[in-house]
Amino acid sequence: MYAYIARRVVQGFITLLIITVFCFILTRLSADPLAQYATNPNMSAADKEALRERLGLNDPMPVQYFRWLSLAIRGDMGYSFFSKQPVALMISQRLPMTLILMLTAETLTITLALLLGIVSAVRQYSWVDNLITTFSFIGFSMPIFFIALGFILIFAVQFKAWGLPYLPTGADIWDPKDPVELARHMVLPVACLIFIGTAGYSRYVRSSILEVLGLDYVRTARAKGLGERSVLYKHALRNAILPFITIIGLNIPYLVAGALVTESVYAWPGMGRLFWEYAQRGDFPVVMGVLLIVSIAVVIFAIITDVAYTFIDPRIRLS
Amino acid sequence: MTSETTNIINLDAEAASGPHLTPSQLIWRRFRKHRMALNGVLGLAGLIMFIIIGSIAISEKQANEVDLKARLSPPSSEHWMGTDSTGRDTFSRIIYGGQISIIIGILAVTISVTIGTVIGGMAGYFGGGMDSVLMRITEAMLSIPALFLLIVLGKYLGREVQTINIFGRSFSGSVGIVIIVIGITSWMALARIVRASVLSLRETDFIAASKALGASNQRIFFSHLVPNTLGAIIVAATLGLAAAILAEAYVSFLGLGVQPPTASWGNMLTSAQAFIQKGAWWMWLFPCVFIVFTILCINLMGDGLRDAFDPRSGRNL
Repeated sequence: MYAYIARRVVQGFITLLIITVFCFILTRLSADPLAQYATNPNMSAADKEALRERLGLNDPMPVQYFRWLSLAIRGDMGYSFFSKQPVALMISQRLPMTLILMLTAETLTITLALLLGIVSAVRQYSWVDNLITTFSFIGFSMPIFFIALGFILIFAVQFKAWGLPYLPTGADIWDPKDPVELARHMVLPVACLIFIGTAGYSRYVRSSILEVLGLDYVRTARAKGLGERSVLYKHALRNAILPFITIIGLNIPYLVAGALVTESVYAWPGMGRLFWEYAQRGDFPVVMGVLLIVSIAVVIFAIITDVAYTFIDPRIRLS
Repeated sequence: MTSETTNIINLDAEAASGPHLTPSQLIWRRFRKHRMALNGVLGLAGLIMFIIIGSIAISEKQANEVDLKARLSPPSSEHWMGTDSTGRDTFSRIIYGGQISIIIGILAVTISVTIGTVIGGMAGYFGGGMDSVLMRITEAMLSIPALFLLIVLGKYLGREVQTINIFGRSFSGSVGIVIIVIGITSWMALARIVRASVLSLRETDFIAASKALGASNQRIFFSHLVPNTLGAIIVAATLGLAAAILAEAYVSFLGLGVQPPTASWGNMLTSAQAFIQKGAWWMWLFPCVFIVFTILCINLMGDGLRDAFDPRSGRNL
């Protein structure tokens, strides 16, 4: 067990190293981080060159990478070229906003997916099941901006036009510290995330419950006269939920990354939008900072999920 | 008496096995019984017909024609699906955007399936050091959220965009870049599937037999291992096509993908985002409905194929 964890940690470090090398080179070469000064009349070409030299942007790529890496290992992710703030500070401002949004959405999604999945599986091929399956198939095939823009159209634009109480789209100026404002601005993005997320998850729950309901021990439980409720919740569900837990566990680290498209559409000040805004400018310290945090979370949660699984399911042994 | 018994046995065997079917006939039989999958095929065929007939009826020049006097006009008899912010006709752009989106999807999937099969196959077949290196790379790429990876690579490759001329039509070079970007960021899941199935096939007797007969690695790989994982590859390619069209929509929506004036379903929505606040619902609704319809049809087809290739799903026979 400990040997297994140790091996996974070593593998995780190698994975992180590969990620950072590739992403650093690609991001560093994708755009000029000093492009904002290109049209500045107060800076001569010599000044710009001196600035590049001083910031180390003219050094060979491996030198630049190892300089970034040696600082990042010590927890210093550098400064943004554009905002000139420390990357760690920028991330620490965005991360809570992303987590509020994503954790709310994820909790509701899981609850709803379990509910719909159970109903769907228990009443297989009924009209309820057909309805849920159709909904989940459509949701699964839908880009999230379809629903995100649709919600803006209906709940913000049309409701306003009809004189009904309407919801904000994020285009306004608001204070995230005010809980009422926060909740109001969260409604639409959370609803989008739930809609798309539930579509994927509920199909999983349905098929894994159906698989378990066909097993012999469920028949035994029914044969010895247990009520359907007890068979379902005490016997079937416990096993059916195992693969679902793995999927959730592996998905949790990606919550840190936020929802890039949803955050952009609703102007939510989260990690995804931070990444997107600074990736466009080739601001590599910020881009690398976000990628590093997300990939560390992914690596750690993959190990935690594996280990936790041995406690939930004693049949599984790590080797 | 003996002859009678044999006859009965023969009859029984005949009745039980039915006509002898090849594996592909069996798969076709199972697929045909899958009603939703057939609907998917029909829907997709209809869509392709629509795009082909539309491309004949309307020229690309018309689709890219700017008419500022008619900008942002709602659907009317002249512009069936309205116009966008520069007065281009949405209906014509949906036809040409569909061409681009589907071409991108197919080519991107071809790239990703090739990479996935080769990497997964090599990792599984050779094992050892090769396996560890390839799987670490696969894992690294899986650790970055798909959209982040698309953006990092798209930004890098999109530095210099030229115009490509093929078949007398000029495409923005961004089309080629989007194909490559989607292709090389979406092979990981398939690589894992192929690796797992090669790992188990490697231990089977018929591979040992062909090794004993002196077959080269190449021959074993391409004539034994690949055909035996073909089912998984076909299913992954179909579902991958849906994912690739969706990925194109996402990157183009963000403005990193196909660049105007070349239309794609994704980049038609980029400007819709700004104008939906002004109530221009047609700019959002029509491209989105086409995206969802296409992906839904392909996903239904992929689901049917998965059931058809799965020997355990005998219930549909």
